[in-house]
Amino acid sequence: MDTVKIVVLWSDLLIYLLAASLTLFFWNMRGNPITAARWRQVFGTRLGMATFVVLGAYIMIALLDSLHFRLALEEDPGQKSDQVYFDNQVVSVLDLALGDMATEHERTYSAPFALQSFEKVNMKNADGVSYRDFPRLEHAGAHLADPADRGSDLVLQSLIGLAKGGVLALIFVGMQWFFLRGSTLPWRAAWTTQAVIICFAAWLIHIGNLYHVLGTDQAGNDVLYKSIKGVRTGVLLGTLATLVMLPIAVSLGIAAGYFKGWVDDVVQYLYTTLSSIPGILLIAASVLLFQVYIDLNPEFFEIGLEKADARFIALCFILGVTSWATLCRLMRAETLKISQLEYVQAAHAFGVSHFRIITRHILPNVVHIILITFVLDFSALVLAEAVLSYIGVGIDPAMASWGNMINTARSELSREPAIWWTLSGAFFFMFSLVLSANLFSDLVRDAFDPRTGLEGAA
Amino acid sequence: MSESAMSSVVDAEARVTKLAVSDLSVALTGSGAPILKEVGFHLRAGEVYALVGESGSGKSITSLAIMRLLPDALQVTGGDVQYGDRSLFALTEQEMQEYRGRRIAMIFQDALTSLNPVQRVGAQIEETLMRHTSLSGAEARKRVVQLFEEVGLPEPDKRLDFFPHQLSGGQQQRVMIAMALACEPEVLVADEPTTALDVTIQLQVLDLIRELAKKRDLGVLLITHDMGVVRNIAHRVGVMYQGEIIEEAEVDQFFHNPQEAYSQKLIDSLPDMTHYMHGTADDPLLEVKDLEVHFPIRRGVLQRIKGYTKAVDGISFSIGRGETLALVGESGSGKSTTGRAILNLEPATAGEIRFKGDAIQALKRREMLPYRKQIQVIFQSPFSSMNPRMTIGHILEEGMVSLGLQLTAAERSERVASLLSRVRLEPEFRHRYPHEFSGGQRQRIAIARALAVDPELIICDEPTSALDVSIRAEVLELLLDLQREFGVSYLFITHDLSIVPHLAHRLAVMQDGRIVEQGSAESVLTDPQHPYTRALLESVPRID
Repeated sequence: MDTVKIVVLWSDLLIYLLAASLTLFFWNMRGNPITAARWRQVFGTRLGMATFVVLGAYIMIALLDSLHFRLALEEDPGQKSDQVYFDNQVVSVLDLALGDMATEHERTYSAPFALQSFEKVNMKNADGVSYRDFPRLEHAGAHLADPADRGSDLVLQSLIGLAKGGVLALIFVGMQWFFLRGSTLPWRAAWTTQAVIICFAAWLIHIGNLYHVLGTDQAGNDVLYKSIKGVRTGVLLGTLATLVMLPIAVSLGIAAGYFKGWVDDVVQYLYTTLSSIPGILLIAASVLLFQVYIDLNPEFFEIGLEKADARFIALCFILGVTSWATLCRLMRAETLKISQLEYVQAAHAFGVSHFRIITRHILPNVVHIILITFVLDFSALVLAEAVLSYIGVGIDPAMASWGNMINTARSELSREPAIWWTLSGAFFFMFSLVLSANLFSDLVRDAFDPRTGLEGAA
Repeated sequence: MSESAMSSVVDAEARVTKLAVSDLSVALTGSGAPILKEVGFHLRAGEVYALVGESGSGKSITSLAIMRLLPDALQVTGGDVQYGDRSLFALTEQEMQEYRGRRIAMIFQDALTSLNPVQRVGAQIEETLMRHTSLSGAEARKRVVQLFEEVGLPEPDKRLDFFPHQLSGGQQQRVMIAMALACEPEVLVADEPTTALDVTIQLQVLDLIRELAKKRDLGVLLITHDMGVVRNIAHRVGVMYQGEIIEEAEVDQFFHNPQEAYSQKLIDSLPDMTHYMHGTADDPLLEVKDLEVHFPIRRGVLQRIKGYTKAVDGISFSIGRGETLALVGESGSGKSTTGRAILNLEPATAGEIRFKGDAIQALKRREMLPYRKQIQVIFQSPFSSMNPRMTIGHILEEGMVSLGLQLTAAERSERVASLLSRVRLEPEFRHRYPHEFSGGQRQRIAIARALAVDPELIICDEPTSALDVSIRAEVLELLLDLQREFGVSYLFITHDLSIVPHLAHRLAVMQDGRIVEQGSAESVLTDPQHPYTRALLESVPRID
């Protein structure tokens, strides 16, 4: 009898498609000695190694969080034996790794590592007298005999968590060391970062199952869990929306700059029209339209998460389709410039076809612009998601996202005493993702931009 | 001219030294790699001292060090600059500010980028005047008119209210000189002041500088790579090579009896106008008949065509097999457009271009392909003529692939190797990128690229004007060798008459889209008929 039912969301497919093409891309580049040398330059720096490992960790989390399934419910007494009912709640492999974090709900807000709720409630003592006090949390520190032991227990449990992490890191890094001993790349930096991340993750998981490391939100959900679940949304939204936008912007921009004439007129007309419509309005209208479609066609969606997922993908597409104007304008200007350069003229003189001129002479020379836009837009899109959640057209509240967390933090921060941990959780994960992406892209740009190479040679 | 040079040299001996540079050393801040090594020279009042060298020899660094304007990456490690009895290096930054502009003025190569494009030229000079002197607004304006008259701007009171872009290149440079002279400096540092100008205008500006030096008793430090400029106006010469002054001499003595081999090489770059190429072929490879290329001028909201710029306005010429035709003219004369029209990169408005008898002027891309194999091109700039993201090997292979030469990958790579060695480069260079090469090497690669498809005609669009003189000679020599070896024909587009005798069998002089004179190189150069040809010829420096 089946015990699990695998659920494949569209976004799961897309994220694995992305990961596969990325792997293929890196595999392909092994064949090209020059590109390989440039990537070698990127990974030859300790910063490059470290930031790549951080990015890799994020991608890993996103991938693990994209293997969804539904567990079978236990048989009800009256149920036919051949009939299996599955839980409405979709879980992912990541949830298994995180343990009980997902299910340890409290009643409402609680501070990080707190044992008591953040708000007073009416309670009755043994004598039946009502009083108001902070109730004990249901799950945090439930294993403690005496709340006063919390300090020493935290230290002890931290050590256990770190020790677990240390062992894991040792095995993980040790295996790599065995295979990569002879390499000239600065693996030491990568291994250090890996060890730190593994230890930190092990500690988080171990402690996170005993306490609420980042407290709980209004509905009593663990904030750390929500932040980690937000990783997938953030990574996917950032990459998917940019990947939708890139081909439109690049192909239209280059076509406009290269062919000029009526092609240029049409493209310019398109993007001036697009950029004169307020972006938020356009996005809001499109998202609402799609939401209506989802609501009118419930038969397409078996479970709630599928609805949320459809809306999420729609949002990625809408963001991508509405935000290509800036990059397109850049591409057009740069192509106009490049197509006047002598090497393009020389290619014309050799009778090289338009397609080859665009792919071999123009595209590679605008790649650095694309790369920079990719990373800048990545962070901008993650932030845009927060703005959209604010006006209620962002990601479905059923889906964990940093934007939703930041949105709720708005009212939480205006309370006295302020509730700071929701924002901090989203901020920490978003910040480390965007920072390492920025640093890594700087290195990539330095390696691939011929002009920086020129300066280095001069 | 040489007589007057001699007399002012004699004068100069008695004149006061204005600027004395002694043992000036400059090094890279980080690594300490030396850029200038104990450079020393004197600049006297009323004389033009030319600092000559190729790019990278340190001549511009010397001038910046004198002005204390070195970039942060460089620092002075030794030596001194004396102005009168004061050391410039001992001044405070505030005192130095007084010296700059007031006593030592500078003019640069590109006048247009040195002038503020949104301010009237008069106002720019008035501003300098009012900051450094006690003149009032009206007085300053009057003074600017005087200055403009002095530098030979026509209608100076009207030119005052022009914006920089409304002036021609030569006029812009004159405004720059007027600005430099505004505060009555005693020393003028001119960094390649005429390199960006057309030859005929170049001569006028040089004459002006020389005249001003004499009249105002200015000490002029002239920085240039052009031996012709030196020959025309300098009194004394210092040859810079790899950060050192290797030879210093009076100008006549220098040209007649150079001490160093390198100096001799520089002098040899001056044209030899006595030897000409002979023999013209009577079998025409390319015939151009009444070619016209017009560009529409569009105006108004609807972008209606309001007129045409006649870039090429009815020219005819022909090139025989194994022959070189030099197409000479100043910028804007339509010579490059002619080349582009022959390559079918620019549609011809009217006229006929026949290659081996076939009309090729209005062919579609596909129909043109067979001719592309036979007509190739070499461009001016060695820096933008190659895709920075392709290796040399790929650049050379591109033509073979796209023109469908039936070659296997192995044959192609063999061919790349042989092409590279044919232009005297190492076959191993094929894995490198263009930016790893010097200007001269890149130009050889560009030649190899053109040769890759075995063309019969190569259009050379100013292939040497971006190169240093000594490298220029090598590239020209290579082109000549290839002509002897393979019998290719060249259409050699250039603004520089001086290289023509050495290179071209025939010569066509172009002005404002028309060919004003053409014939064998020897007959045109020794007996020019058209006044424009004569004007061009006069601006070419010669060794007597």
